[in-house]
Amino acid sequence: MTKPSCLLAVICTLGAAASAPAALHVVTSLPDLASIAAAIGGDRVETFALAKGYQDPHFVDAKPSFVLKLSRADLLIVAGLELEIGYLPPLIDQSRNEKVHPGSAGYLDASAGCDVLNRPTAVVTRAMGDVHPYGNPHYWTDPENGRVIARSIAAKLAELDPAGKAMFNANLAAFEARLTAKEKEWDARLAAFAGTKVITFHDSWPNFAKRFRLEIVGTVEPKPGIPPSPSHTLDIINLITAEKVKVILVEPYFDRKTPDSIASKTGAVVVTTYPSVGGIPEIADYFDLFDHDVSALAKALETAR
Amino acid sequence: MRSIRTAARAAAVALLLGGPIAAQESPAPEPTPTPAPAAAPASGQTANYFNPAISVIGNFLAVGGSNSVEDRPAMSLEESELGLQAVVDPYARADFFISFSNEEAAVEEGYLTFTALPWDLLVKVGRMKAAFGKVNTLHPHVWMWPDSPLTQDNLLGGADGWSGDGVSLARLIPLGDTFSELTLQVVDGDGGPFAAPKRSDLAYNAHYRVFRDLSDSTNLDAGLSYAYGHNGVDTDTTTGIGALDFTFRWKPLRQGSYRSAIVRGELFSSRREQEGGTQDALGWYLAGDYQLAKRWFAGARVESADHADDAGVTDTGAAAVLTFWPSEFSQLRTELRRRRYADTTTASEVFFQLQFAIGAHGAHPF
Repeated sequence: MTKPSCLLAVICTLGAAASAPAALHVVTSLPDLASIAAAIGGDRVETFALAKGYQDPHFVDAKPSFVLKLSRADLLIVAGLELEIGYLPPLIDQSRNEKVHPGSAGYLDASAGCDVLNRPTAVVTRAMGDVHPYGNPHYWTDPENGRVIARSIAAKLAELDPAGKAMFNANLAAFEARLTAKEKEWDARLAAFAGTKVITFHDSWPNFAKRFRLEIVGTVEPKPGIPPSPSHTLDIINLITAEKVKVILVEPYFDRKTPDSIASKTGAVVVTTYPSVGGIPEIADYFDLFDHDVSALAKALETAR
Repeated sequence: MRSIRTAARAAAVALLLGGPIAAQESPAPEPTPTPAPAAAPASGQTANYFNPAISVIGNFLAVGGSNSVEDRPAMSLEESELGLQAVVDPYARADFFISFSNEEAAVEEGYLTFTALPWDLLVKVGRMKAAFGKVNTLHPHVWMWPDSPLTQDNLLGGADGWSGDGVSLARLIPLGDTFSELTLQVVDGDGGPFAAPKRSDLAYNAHYRVFRDLSDSTNLDAGLSYAYGHNGVDTDTTTGIGALDFTFRWKPLRQGSYRSAIVRGELFSSRREQEGGTQDALGWYLAGDYQLAKRWFAGARVESADHADDAGVTDTGAAAVLTFWPSEFSQLRTELRRRRYADTTTASEVFFQLQFAIGAHGAHPF
């Protein structure tokens, strides 16, 4: 070792000892996962979500700027179930960061242990549209799955940063306590509407519907990812009339033209429900997400009654 | 030892006889729901676990009008691209793209990528498209057009462009929040615009790329390339080509599946040593594609390129393109194209292209 580098090493060691421990760089595919990771990790983590809350999470561009983020990441948290199949694999390959490759310690699939619905039980083909062979990937729309995700993240953070374990566990306990209290509030708000039939634009809401006891009777898309067709739209109009459906849930990134037209013909109300944190500035964290969606849905159902 | 053999033979007999007998005797089983994929796999499936992801992309092209310079068949399955992609071991992944065209089958690309190297390095070894300009780095099925621009045709050795067998080394160069990457490639001296009289005459390529998000919905991608190698005219004649490329993208994320736009341009400058002096040829194209609706795109391209071996001869062209995506996995495209060759011959043509993908085709780099 030469003298300058020896000196540098000493300075670096001193510097590291003097300052607070460097925060773990956590990159997530979804802002919801980033929100939960921030709640658990506190100031021991810095989070960055690749997808924006108002963006269709299936269609994220594999931008080189994301390669840069992944190259510096200590932990990558994904929704899994092939939701990110269209953009994440090439980003990981180009990241030059062994830590975040699938199977490495810095790769966490948040779907592990979650209640995942609509796992295909028969042969899947692409004739069925953009189906996910491992089940519906929009599972974080059930707050109980949020609890499972929070526990997985706390365990993973403790593994990567053992010194922070006590803090992560305390944050997890606080998160869970708040979630339990909030769930009571959300359940109470929607209790009167148990069994209500709804139409959704895309098949994003089975977990939300199961949790809050709604019944999804149809989707505006004829098949996942296939835009509305005139004949299917007519079917949905007839279905809404026959089943007396009051609301159509539409994600913020879909075209409202067809849902609005269905609404005008049937009297149903179109409600924008946000599948992810950051969909609008008011939805700043995972709790705000349900606060907003539950309240928007309840208001729509109250007026429709 | 003997008992094991006997047992094995018994099992084989049981297998041979058991199949048909069981099929005759037992009624067809009731269809039962398949267990969740997380459950233990049936023994027959484990053999497939480490098989590569397989995909095939078909490219059917029909051409109308007449063209005495570029003679294409009226209809052809222009290319069938078979992709085989998998992780090799903890250190590398492999990607093979085998291209079947009208006359031949060839390994279009086949390379190993070392993904776990230090110092922000990414090393590829094998046959790969040279990181030269932009269009040359992309597979034809992700181009905005059914045909290649004149820059490829005239200055980079033909429609298929330049790919080589060799080594590629790419390193991230820190530049704040801007993605910045330097790629150096050394490949065999035959390929694209190059031809090697001797084994030791290799071709070299350097590519520097920067990418920056200008806002949530816009970004700019720019590259600078320089390639150098022997051209085979004589034992010591060489060709050097420089390229500038830029791509501007606009995609408002809130309505990202309905509206987007892309503007792309490349400028090539070739300097070729040959008998009678050096030829300094220039070529460029400028193209745009605008998303009209979820499944509809309209675009245009203008282009011009001198001939690499005779810079006084220039071809020019203009094209309009309309693309429809029935789903993510199929694409219908039509192009109206007018090209003027060497200021003497004009060809007006119409292209109809149908591209379709089956299987698990890995997402492409941006």
